[in-house]
Amino acid sequence: MDLFSKKNKETFFTPLWVNNPVATQVLGICSALAVTSKLEPALVMGLSVTIIVALANVVISLLRNTIPNRIRIIVQLVVVAMLVTIVSQVLKAFAYDVSVQLSVYVGLIITNCILMGRLEAFAMQNKPWESFLDGVGSGLGYALILVIVGFFRELLGSGTLLNFRVIPECLYVKEGGFYMNNGLMVLPPMALIIVACVIWYQRAKNPDLQEKNN
Amino acid sequence: MNTNSNSYTIIYASVMVIIVAFLLAFVSSSLKERQESNVKLDKMKQILTSLNISEDELKQDAEAAYTKYVKADQIIDLNGNVVAENGGFEISSKSLNDEEVSQVPLYVCSVNGETKYVAPLYGAGLWGPIWGYISFNSDKKTVYGTYFSHEGETPGLGAEITTESFRAPFQGKQLQEGGDVKISVVKNGKVTDSSCQVDGISGGTITSKGVDAMLQKCLKRYANFFNK
Repeated sequence: MDLFSKKNKETFFTPLWVNNPVATQVLGICSALAVTSKLEPALVMGLSVTIIVALANVVISLLRNTIPNRIRIIVQLVVVAMLVTIVSQVLKAFAYDVSVQLSVYVGLIITNCILMGRLEAFAMQNKPWESFLDGVGSGLGYALILVIVGFFRELLGSGTLLNFRVIPECLYVKEGGFYMNNGLMVLPPMALIIVACVIWYQRAKNPDLQEKNN
Repeated sequence: MNTNSNSYTIIYASVMVIIVAFLLAFVSSSLKERQESNVKLDKMKQILTSLNISEDELKQDAEAAYTKYVKADQIIDLNGNVVAENGGFEISSKSLNDEEVSQVPLYVCSVNGETKYVAPLYGAGLWGPIWGYISFNSDKKTVYGTYFSHEGETPGLGAEITTESFRAPFQGKQLQEGGDVKISVVKNGKVTDSSCQVDGISGGTITSKGVDAMLQKCLKRYANFFNK
């Protein structure tokens, strides 16, 4: 078996851009709004989702032939909830600072639509290794959008990146300069607008994604 | 095997739940000790941060720094009398909001030879609880330092209460007058009395108000201690 066959590579790379979970499948928008006003939580959230989607995909893929069809969603949910709880417990024990920073967001991963979407659409039909690649790809695709949105929101909204000052303090109005932070950037609606811009750019580059006008 | 039969489904669900329950119970109990010591260490760091101890010193060994600066974790009653010299650390800050609880913790500390007191704070922000510590000089009238934290305030807005730029202006402000809490947080740019008012966060009004209410409510419980 070829671990990195052409098909597997495709499984991994398409969710990163062409079939991006946020921009194309429009999943996980809710958390893209909540955690992106700063770059750092966006990064950590993207990473945690990647890890959990990948693990959940593998577990569900291993169980896929045994899961009774009628309760498959419940089984998926239990697996995801279990993984999220374990990850948050481990973080609390070994990386307390990170867990304090993430606080409620870790729990929110359970409700992330990307997880259920990938489990139901991919892991239920495919072997563990392919499912793992798909999970990592989807997670990173999600993280990519979060980082793009977080980058612009923090830069324009707070004048910092990862809490380091990028726009010099002396340019600000209160220090006698001309510059002001865009307060709208830190509010959730701006995340939607940035996501929309990303989708616009993505579709302009990939005409296949554009809807046909009848 | 027929994976769609009723009996299979029921057995599958039961076995799954039992396995998951055992796994979670195992993880939780095996990590509990580490988590608790983390929580304890974090509390020490919070108290020390309110005393303006540098981050570098806390990073090295927070526990050693705690024993160095904090001389006693007293328990005092609402009349301001010391009930116990030690044990205040075990009292959760949450209990300050409980009207029936009549004993509150007070940390007696010594920084550079000067006596400082630290009182815990606990209140509500916009999305969830906020808490902190406030340290004051031995005259019980001047704020020496603060620490604030939160569970889930909006990053970039309410969450800014944890930053140095929000906390620093508290230093040197008037804490109380005759038992009335003077220190307060007002809407950004609306400071009229700079001896005791601190700028709130623009865009984080509800969180700023929460900090203000928290200061009022929690410090009121120390009123008789202030007057002693």
